[in-house]
Amino acid sequence: MTDNNVTPTPWTQLRNLTSARIALGRAGSSLPTAPHLEFQMSHARARKAVHLELDVAALGEQLAPLGLPVLNLSSAADNRAIYLQRPDLGRRLAPASRAQLTPSVGGVDLAIVIGDGLSALAIQTNAVPFLTLVMPMLASQGLSLGSISIVTQARVAVGDEIGTALGARMVLVLIGERPGLSSPDSMGLYLTHGPYEKLTDEARNCISNVRAMGLSYPEAAQKLIFLLHQARKLGMTGVNVKDEAEALATTEKRPNFLISG
Amino acid sequence: MPSYAHTIGGQRWHFGSLAELMAKATPERSGDHLAGVAAGDAEERAAAQMALADLPLAAFLHDAVVPYETDEVTRLIIDGHDARAFAPVAHMTVGGFRNWLLSDAANTDALAALASGLIPEMVAATSKICRNQDLILIASKVKVTTKFRNTLGLAGRLSTRLQPNHPTDDPAGIAASIVDGLIFGNGDAVIGINPASDSLPAATSLLHMLDDVIARYNIPTQSCVLTHVTNAIELIRRDVPVDIIFQSVAGTQAANSSFGIDLALLAEGRAAALSQGRGTMGDNVMYLETGQGSALSAGAHHGVDQQTIEARAYAVARVCKPLLVNTVVGFIGPEYLYDGRQITRAGLEDHFCGKLLGLPMGCDICYTNHSEADQNDMDTLLTLLGVAGTTFIMGIPGSDDIMLNYQTTSFHDALYARKVLGLRPAPEFEAWLQNNGIFDTQGRMSNQIPALFQTAIQGVA
Repeated sequence: MTDNNVTPTPWTQLRNLTSARIALGRAGSSLPTAPHLEFQMSHARARKAVHLELDVAALGEQLAPLGLPVLNLSSAADNRAIYLQRPDLGRRLAPASRAQLTPSVGGVDLAIVIGDGLSALAIQTNAVPFLTLVMPMLASQGLSLGSISIVTQARVAVGDEIGTALGARMVLVLIGERPGLSSPDSMGLYLTHGPYEKLTDEARNCISNVRAMGLSYPEAAQKLIFLLHQARKLGMTGVNVKDEAEALATTEKRPNFLISG
Repeated sequence: MPSYAHTIGGQRWHFGSLAELMAKATPERSGDHLAGVAAGDAEERAAAQMALADLPLAAFLHDAVVPYETDEVTRLIIDGHDARAFAPVAHMTVGGFRNWLLSDAANTDALAALASGLIPEMVAATSKICRNQDLILIASKVKVTTKFRNTLGLAGRLSTRLQPNHPTDDPAGIAASIVDGLIFGNGDAVIGINPASDSLPAATSLLHMLDDVIARYNIPTQSCVLTHVTNAIELIRRDVPVDIIFQSVAGTQAANSSFGIDLALLAEGRAAALSQGRGTMGDNVMYLETGQGSALSAGAHHGVDQQTIEARAYAVARVCKPLLVNTVVGFIGPEYLYDGRQITRAGLEDHFCGKLLGLPMGCDICYTNHSEADQNDMDTLLTLLGVAGTTFIMGIPGSDDIMLNYQTTSFHDALYARKVLGLRPAPEFEAWLQNNGIFDTQGRMSNQIPALFQTAIQGVA
């Protein structure tokens, strides 16, 4: 035992191989004080991310330099408690928000929607820097862009109603993902070609875990541009496009030390 | 369709169908509100419970909550009913059956003989009028034993699925979690990976890796990669070492269809696994997962409450003669089970229903960060399920699943439950732990890196 009454688990070098909470030591056979309290802090942060209110005004200001009109919308879920229990309401716009939307003449290629989802923290941290990086890339693809919609109490599918109302041929939804204990700030990107209301999720493509410690902005942007290209070429998004997109990922694997040698 | 009513204090409560009666008798949960089938208030719920208690058990054989003609799960339940086994309780009402289950007459042998005579709707109805302590007491009397490379479900034993998930399926990262878990005495139920990438090449390399680890260290356990049954069948065709076939199952034909399965496909999967002959002690070759709310999320619940539909999934599981059945109770989110109280109740109900129907029932005692739940809620459910005699729980490093982004029971948690309740791992696995100096004969962990793993661990810089 050490001075702290912790029995060590002397394989701490294995922690270099995974972010899983291994080699935590033990007090008796239970979790020692330090890792126990670290877990409590992680959980508190993840909970805070779920319940944090998106600062719509600040986000609107940060988006201004991108030069697109910004719409402030809300879903039909009035507050967080309702949002968490009624996913159907988070997928629809509130009537007052719906009334703000009018289709542009000739439509647009891509509507951008930013939703708080389950982590406003993810949006506040990642949405503006990601869009700042990707916007010139979208322009160089010759895509016409409509307004940027910010939606509170939003689920991914709310983008379908927005895309339909704006006459957009594709919708990109940036949304806060369900916070993990070690990743409270993870943003998801959902691309949908030909949005319509009641469209189902297998018709979308998702790029997940966009954050500093996860999928970097340049990597996410590269995947998105690839998907946009495929979506326009094939006239669709969804499962049929997915496999090719995944082929972009080249993660180097390290061998299993338990059976090497 | 018969309707149901109950009169109390001059007030007559009317329930238009068996499904409505069952739903309104169900202890409150968010998923039944989402489906619009919950009781209007606690008084209506209590009246429904009284009406349900007066219903003969045999009524469930004549009035199906999901139509027989259009649902193969209902046909499986009704056509597969064992009238001979049912005979001893055939005259009872739901309320009378609860009383009998609590009595000393309902002992381990009587409940084992009864299992094939019960159908899911009978046990679901009974659970709805049970308090938590009833669900625990009754389930604790049931013993269901299964075998593949070891013996699971014996009295006084608590097993764990070692779940070494990794966000990129990195072999070294997975191995690190496996060795951490094994040294903590976890992994006797199965070493089971949720792959990040659901492709055949990914599953192939993970299965070879697990097979190599189990063989190299001579571990009396089995492996599983949680990929779709069609993938597993194809992997077996390619001679990949598949120990245990995984599949998520649900309680209606339409919900199973949304999972891309039907009963015939499950039978095909089981036959494929049996053809491998990899089990040294028994032929329980399937690992099935369920969870309240999955049918509703697929729009396939037929107006039936989520707990009754969940129990019906156990009829699907039962014909597969599984090694393990896992209700992943808090994973689906607060729209189905809002908080720790609802998760706890659901975990106890699922374990009770599964055990009465004769299944090797375990529970993924878990929650997501958008649920109103925390580690204390999980400690409570873990302790209650330990007392109830759950066959197995999950074991992961520090309760944090870095791939699936949810929290479940940790390696440490399993040792807590074993210690406080006097439970031990599966006997073959326990002997392996002791023979290799990982645990001593009193069930205490070694203070050293076990010699078995010393070279491998020290090889990692």
